Amino acid sequence: MTALAWLIPCALLLGLLGLAAFLWSLRSGQFEDLEGAAWRALRDDEPNGS
Amino acid sequence: MAQALSRLPLGSRDDVDSRHVQCVTTTLAVEGMHCGGCMRKVELALAAVPGVISARANLSARRVAAVHRATGVTGIDLIEALDRIGFKAAELAGTGAELTKAPDQALLKRVGIAGFAAANIMLLSVSVWSGAAGDMSPSVQALFHWLSALIALPVVGYAGEPFFRSAVQALRSRRLNMDVPISLGVTLATAMSLYQTARGSEQVYFDAAVTLLFFLLVGRFLDQRMRTRAADAAANLLGLQGSAATVIQRDGATVRLAASALEPGMRILTAAGERFAVDGRVVEGSSEVDASLITGETAPVPVRPGALIHAGTVNLSGPLVTEATATDQNTLLAEIGRLMTAAEQGRGRYVRLADRAARFYAPAVHILGLVTFLGWLVAGHGWEAALTAAIAVLIITCPCALALAVPAVQVAATSRLFARGVLVKAADGLERLAEIDTVVFDKTGTLTLGEPSLAAGQNISSSILARAASLAAASRHPYARAVVRAAEAAELVVQPASDVREMPGFGLERAGPDSAPERLGSAAWCGTDPGLADTTAVCYRLGRSSPVVLQFEDPLRSDAARVVASLRRAGFQTELVSGDRTTVVAAAAAGVGIDQWIAGAVPAAKIARIETLKAEGRRVMMVGDGLNDAPALAAAHASLSPSSAADISQTAADAVVQGERLAPVLETLAVARAAHRMALQNFLIAIGYNLVFVPLAMVGLVTPLLAAVAMSASSIAVTANAVRLKTMHLELAR
Repeated sequence: MTALAWLIPCALLLGLLGLAAFLWSLRSGQFEDLEGAAWRALRDDEPNGS
Repeated sequence: MAQALSRLPLGSRDDVDSRHVQCVTTTLAVEGMHCGGCMRKVELALAAVPGVISARANLSARRVAAVHRATGVTGIDLIEALDRIGFKAAELAGTGAELTKAPDQALLKRVGIAGFAAANIMLLSVSVWSGAAGDMSPSVQALFHWLSALIALPVVGYAGEPFFRSAVQALRSRRLNMDVPISLGVTLATAMSLYQTARGSEQVYFDAAVTLLFFLLVGRFLDQRMRTRAADAAANLLGLQGSAATVIQRDGATVRLAASALEPGMRILTAAGERFAVDGRVVEGSSEVDASLITGETAPVPVRPGALIHAGTVNLSGPLVTEATATDQNTLLAEIGRLMTAAEQGRGRYVRLADRAARFYAPAVHILGLVTFLGWLVAGHGWEAALTAAIAVLIITCPCALALAVPAVQVAATSRLFARGVLVKAADGLERLAEIDTVVFDKTGTLTLGEPSLAAGQNISSSILARAASLAAASRHPYARAVVRAAEAAELVVQPASDVREMPGFGLERAGPDSAPERLGSAAWCGTDPGLADTTAVCYRLGRSSPVVLQFEDPLRSDAARVVASLRRAGFQTELVSGDRTTVVAAAAAGVGIDQWIAGAVPAAKIARIETLKAEGRRVMMVGDGLNDAPALAAAHASLSPSSAADISQTAADAVVQGERLAPVLETLAVARAAHRMALQNFLIAIGYNLVFVPLAMVGLVTPLLAAVAMSASSIAVTANAVRLKTMHLELAR
């Protein structure tokens, strides 16, 4: 049962990491233009897209 | 390091600059931006405008936000830059951030957090369920329950907030909506689970409560996103119609102002082809005005100094200087707006399907819970066991499937219509559209295209048509354009004639043979008897030869007759109510096959007709585009308007139909009816699930595992049923 002592925190930490990544992507506007982002990935000119 | 710096995007170097100069963001709606290539062209074109620091397009919203210096660059410069590369754009009011940021981001955040919690609690719950059959010790089980509680409590508070808020609002106004049983179920489940965790019992439902919230939030998010998309698209359409005016200042200079900034007394220059932004009196110039949006009359009205013009009408032939007499809230437009608001109040009382269901559902659920509690007490099990069973009933009946039943269908239906060019804006629009049995059409711009074309069956020689067209090519007048279109349709080569003069109010002229002019214009001006041809005709005269009369008509939309026939076959009563003249309306009615028609109807008369139909117990859908239709659109049970309609009509309508064809009207009605059927099917699924599980819960046989499985299964069944609507073959039937 000692395995639980570190397995559970690990599981929660991984979950929180995923959540943090999601919140970060949300805040940096990555969900604002899903259609446009798909096209931007195919562009091979300048990286900032302006 | 040096390499890294050189790779810095150009924009960020300008950003350093931008700290010194004042920058503003202008947001433009861009029509026709459909792919990555267009997006790139738009961004590059804007970035090339001097003073623009950066431009970023949003392909989903069809908008582009440009950051530029506050001085030296205006929205008009940006619009012109896009015009040069072939994109029609319009400036949108409001700040850049609020226009490009989707308002549903807050909801998405809740979805993410609820999803995280649901996954983690489920992980712990599955361990408990499988451990319960094996060798998990009670202390480990308690630990897992406490961990679940730790995750669930803050998440229920945060993610459930929209439901709690809505439920409290409903209760305050003494109504019941679906959020009331949801909130009660979630709150009770959480509270009881906490109590049972403290007692060390097995009846812990954190997983059910949080998963329920997650599913509901996903449904609500999809619903809101679809509606935001439709509303944004509609706002773009409105913006593209332009609502700015050129004001002549005291020093004679002109400045472009937004319509909201105009004041009475200002002198406004309206170019040919432009829409008037205010009510006013003409002080300089003479021209013709297309007042069809207000009167429904297609024939242009000649205006001279002293004549009154109304906001929303279009100046046709020559530039006009008008003095604004009424702006903003005092225009005829605003008057129509007030009529519309008054008419709309009747519709505000409509109760949505889900809320109607909640009216029966919520009391039933709570009575069942009470019966269970009393039943267990009477059977002598003590209040604690009774309460546990009663709460299990409330949890199992917590209307997850029921609350998803309608939104899931709405999302599927709205996105199906969106893909076919119909933007459903009103939240309850589809539900009202499903109940329609009578369709009232407007004529000009709805059944017809709203633009004149050369009437068929006239014997005009192609040489005369070609000559007339070469004169007409110089003008933006709708009749001149119609002549050019007719010549092009007859496969004639139209060579724009040189030195054509446009005589506002009369027509076009150039030097002709025998020192007599070559003219295309009004009958009197060409030297024929005006009685011979009415106002829907122009004359062409070359030199001293006899004049030729060109008759015009406003052609019906290509599929208007077919759409009306389909409606009648499906059992709808159809009517035509127009502001146009009797002869024209009668001809149009005959052309599409409508027996019931009214001509010369003013806005109030249109409302009156709809009220009469309502009083006869009919559910009326109004399809119209003009300003004069806006009040009727609001008064009808449901309404549609083409995307060529006046701003105010599009605002009043439940849905906006894009494109030249009228067929989307049929599709809209068919989808609305199918959506209604699907919603009822979903209710049946939800009720069937309750019929199985409520008795189990009442006798105390529901375990946390069973609750979690049942709840997810019913939600998925309801959603899967709704998704069928996206691809289903639909036909409008009786």
